[in-house]
Amino acid sequence: MSVTINIKNLVKTFEKAEALKDISLNIQPNELFGFIGPDGAGKTTLFRILTSLILADSGTVHINQWDVVNNYKEIRKITGYMPGRFSLYMDLTVQENLEFYAKLFGTTIKENYDLIKDVYEQIAPFKNRRAGALSGGMKQKLALSCALIHKPRLLVLDEPTTGVDAVSRKEFWELLKKMQKKDITILVSTPYMDEAALCDRVALMQSGKLLSLNTPQHIIDDFEGNLFAVKTENMYTLLNNLAAFEKKTQAYRFGENIHLVSHAGTQKTKENITAYLSGKGYREITVKQIKPVIEDCFLALMNNTNAS
Amino acid sequence: MNDSREKIIEVHDLVKKFGSFEANKHLTFDVYKGEIFGFLGANGAGKTTAIKILCGLSNPTSGTVVVAGVNVNKNPETVKKRIGYMSQFFSLYNDMTVKENFRFYGGVYGLSSKEIRNRTLFFLDKLNMRSYENMLLKNIPLGWKQKLAFSVASIHKPDIIFLDEPTGGVDPITRRQFWEMIYEASANGITVFVTTHYMDEAEYCERVSIMSEGEIKALGRPRDLKKNYQTDNMNDVFLKIARNVE
Repeated sequence: MSVTINIKNLVKTFEKAEALKDISLNIQPNELFGFIGPDGAGKTTLFRILTSLILADSGTVHINQWDVVNNYKEIRKITGYMPGRFSLYMDLTVQENLEFYAKLFGTTIKENYDLIKDVYEQIAPFKNRRAGALSGGMKQKLALSCALIHKPRLLVLDEPTTGVDAVSRKEFWELLKKMQKKDITILVSTPYMDEAALCDRVALMQSGKLLSLNTPQHIIDDFEGNLFAVKTENMYTLLNNLAAFEKKTQAYRFGENIHLVSHAGTQKTKENITAYLSGKGYREITVKQIKPVIEDCFLALMNNTNAS
Repeated sequence: MNDSREKIIEVHDLVKKFGSFEANKHLTFDVYKGEIFGFLGANGAGKTTAIKILCGLSNPTSGTVVVAGVNVNKNPETVKKRIGYMSQFFSLYNDMTVKENFRFYGGVYGLSSKEIRNRTLFFLDKLNMRSYENMLLKNIPLGWKQKLAFSVASIHKPDIIFLDEPTGGVDPITRRQFWEMIYEASANGITVFVTTHYMDEAEYCERVSIMSEGEIKALGRPRDLKKNYQTDNMNDVFLKIARNVE
């Protein structure tokens, strides 16, 4: 059985704060779908509504034929949820935690071991260690094992890689790709923009709204303007100078470079930029026209939203 | 790097053992005054252990650590007055107002009421947050909280600020604004010692060290490390060095 999700006009308000502002979207069967956005974007609120843990103010969610409010019992049986905050029992061992979750769902570790094998093997050497004494990467692998132990058809992972180092993050995404092949629909949220490229489709979220929803490639293709990576001997003064290059240019630090977004209409070239910077007294100038990555797209979309 | 620069942190042959487990294996490195120094490594590599020792919160098993001219092992309390510390997990009090947080930390560092008032206004003006001074911290958005936490960590004009994953979870614009504050502090001669999991932020540091299994496996300017490891980005450098070992 594959899982499809249909979200319509979802609104959720907490006291004064609008956490979700009329969100509608559909998730396809076996999709690895990413919600990308900073704290306060509404990712956790959305996930908690989808997993029947809180109620929306208005709007509907259907997971296959089931309504998330009326048929919550059916939905809970097929859903594995990994909350953003580590929520397993710190004073139980690795193995005890896993056994506990298996029992809750009326199953055993043995019965579904093939599903968790890839993840669990990595923490098995520490199965007698208390969960509270595990490192961040290990805790996250245990939480994923517990979320998978009842063989869910829908896996909901709330910021599984936050605070996790680059090596563990890479391993974790390799695991998700494997899970996806086992007929599981996966929703994952993350504040790391580079992880968007690993999803089938992504929703870029900010302040309870969808900025964009598409495949990572489409989002990059939709980037407006020409993007340049600029480097000089003095990066500290460069930012302000580049921001004044044209009207409404966007300039921001990006790794070792500063990225400059120039309007497509003005057709500025790297020679124009080099000449401009020479005029300002810079000597070692490197300008390259480059393709955007998701973070460039997110910054551009944020900028448009703030401006409008 | 120019060796004539003043050293603000000197670590020599630092070892920290927990029972038979060596969390820090003979670390030796210097940090220069005014430098932005990135202290990178995988989870469990021994970064937190080392930072705690540098801040005078934990004693080394052997080796010497001199921070701002003070031997940390002998005078941990003196060191604490010379440094500021901010972490994603421990910073300000949610159930106090913005002003009360400044007041509390200023008091901890022994500043006079007048000094506290002046420094509070200085930072609130700089952040354009004067009208929020009586708001409870829990009602302030995360990005602003991080900027406030950085300011509070600087209230006593420390020589060095330790930032432990300061930018987790915020949007890409706010993350960049935070780094502008770091650059400004550095331009004013404050040394910034920072850990992060964002590899693009590693590029913003003058020098970085990368730890794995309790050792510093690489140390240098980002551009030199990229050259040595034959890649064009710090993420690849990190992946090549920091194998995942528990």
